[in-house]
Amino acid sequence: MQEIETIRVKQGTPYAGISRTKRLWNNRTLLLMSAPAILFFLIFAYLPMPGLYLAFIKYNYSDGIFKSAFVGFENFRFLIINGDLWRLTVNTILYNLAFILLGNVLQIFVAILLNELRSKLFKKIAQTLMFLPYFISAVLIGLLAYNFLSYDYGVLNSVLVSMGFDPVKTYSNPQIWPFIIVLVYLWQMTGYGSIIYFAAIMGLDNEIIEAAEIDGANAYRRIIHIILPWLKPTFIILLLFSLGGVLKGNFGLFYNLVGASNSILYPTTDIIETYVFRALMNNFNFSTGSAVSLYQSLFGFFIVITCNWFVKKTSPENSLF
Amino acid sequence: MENTSRSIRNQTTEKAVRVISYGFIGLFSLCCLLPFLLVLGTSFSTENAIQRYGFSFWPREMTTFAYRIVFENPDYIVGAYIVTFALTIVGTAVGLFIVAMTGYVLQRPDYQYRNKISFLIYFTTLFSGGLVPFYLLMTQYLDLKDNYLAVLLPGLLSPFLIIMMKSFVASMPHAITESAKIDGAGDFTIFMRLILPMTTPALATIGLFIALGYWNEWYNSMLFLSPDIKSRPLQLYLYNVITSAEAIKTSAAASNVPLRDTPLESMKMAIAIVATGPIILLFPFIQRFFIKGITVGAVKG
Repeated sequence: MQEIETIRVKQGTPYAGISRTKRLWNNRTLLLMSAPAILFFLIFAYLPMPGLYLAFIKYNYSDGIFKSAFVGFENFRFLIINGDLWRLTVNTILYNLAFILLGNVLQIFVAILLNELRSKLFKKIAQTLMFLPYFISAVLIGLLAYNFLSYDYGVLNSVLVSMGFDPVKTYSNPQIWPFIIVLVYLWQMTGYGSIIYFAAIMGLDNEIIEAAEIDGANAYRRIIHIILPWLKPTFIILLLFSLGGVLKGNFGLFYNLVGASNSILYPTTDIIETYVFRALMNNFNFSTGSAVSLYQSLFGFFIVITCNWFVKKTSPENSLF
Repeated sequence: MENTSRSIRNQTTEKAVRVISYGFIGLFSLCCLLPFLLVLGTSFSTENAIQRYGFSFWPREMTTFAYRIVFENPDYIVGAYIVTFALTIVGTAVGLFIVAMTGYVLQRPDYQYRNKISFLIYFTTLFSGGLVPFYLLMTQYLDLKDNYLAVLLPGLLSPFLIIMMKSFVASMPHAITESAKIDGAGDFTIFMRLILPMTTPALATIGLFIALGYWNEWYNSMLFLSPDIKSRPLQLYLYNVITSAEAIKTSAAASNVPLRDTPLESMKMAIAIVATGPIILLFPFIQRFFIKGITVGAVKG
């Protein structure tokens, strides 16, 4: 018995006590096989990172990165004083919180109701239709929304006018955009998100449900006392994971819904990603854009670490590191 | 007595839950479908009817004028299709191969550097240089402005897909690799001859995720391809058509349609239908692969 244990340990670490170069040589094929991926991430993810130095200079196109004046934290100070950083942070976080909380609640609700459907055909068609919005590009999402919201031809105004109300100028009214964006997000992602919860419900032992039925539990009780508690761990893990990304915005959604230069809507719809994009493409303000990105990366990193700490507390096997 | 009243009450609850289930799911599914029908209906509507009644699900005055203009001078749409198809096929083939190989290698318990490399890959989801340095790298240092490679390369891999592949491979016994090694097979041969054929369901799932990414790609296209490139990827072309009337007028003028007769709105919709059609038609057949990928990769990833 003891002997088997030691053999196992040795197999677990087959290169213990072998020199570094020998180890490298022994792993050469596997190293070569992972080389394309390593190269990919080095070039497209790591190489841009030193570029965040831009955040600390006053970038000037003719001088280039290295000759532009070093200004320390001046760009950050500017962003704080003019209120941009605060506005972007609040917008990005509030939108994401709405997406995460409302999204998960609706996804769980849909998954539970799907499970109550008895007609297999109905269930299949419904699942297919609800999954469909996930498959289309952000560009098309923008067009679909325009079909409903356009002032002149949109369905919303057609309906309002036919009921005797005044048409609304959606694209110049910033107050209603949080509702529109959250609605579109829920429309697009609910079918996708409910798949995980539905799969979790499928993993529930049928005998438990049957036993509850014999004991006289009706559908409502089944849902409240068996299915919801069963989904709780999945919910908590998904919640913590998505909270980790609370500072990352969905550029495609916002950009295509709001439009490229509809500045009237910026107060309620501008998020970090759209701001950085404009800083780069419209204002050529590379330093401001980089400052916001650096802030986003650092603050976001801190949030992920915090969330992971909570995951570790609730279920260690799911923690990231 | 008490028992029967209770069972009646149970039956009413049972019924209520069922009604709510069918009602809500039915309505929500309908809501997911309606916007597409609206685009379809409008694409067949005359511009006159649109201006009078607005967009509608069923065209009041039916016409195929918009489609005729799109297809009469199909240079743009055909060019867009060719570029998108090429990017999707090449990107999926290369990306899938690398993702599969990386996922397999990082799952090998005897690979010394697997934890370090996994972390190297995973870290990119935690910290990034952001858009500006990425843009400068692509345009000034790699010189990829107006080059299709700028769209192809960044879409090849993602940590999410590598992790998904890892979880797929993790469900296979390591003994397969070990016994092949004892038989004298090299690591690459094992991957090509044994692992790849055994993971076809996983490969289909991951391949479809990559393919969908390329088909719907517009972000890198918009960043790196300027509008004067004639053959743009489909979604970028659609984006240009939606956001600038100019793009539509150019393409209508090519079909000798006078400017005032150009059906601006219905042409947007027609192009949207042409650009999205294939994916929606394929969708019912490929969705199960995505469902599989989501359930495997979600909680672990």
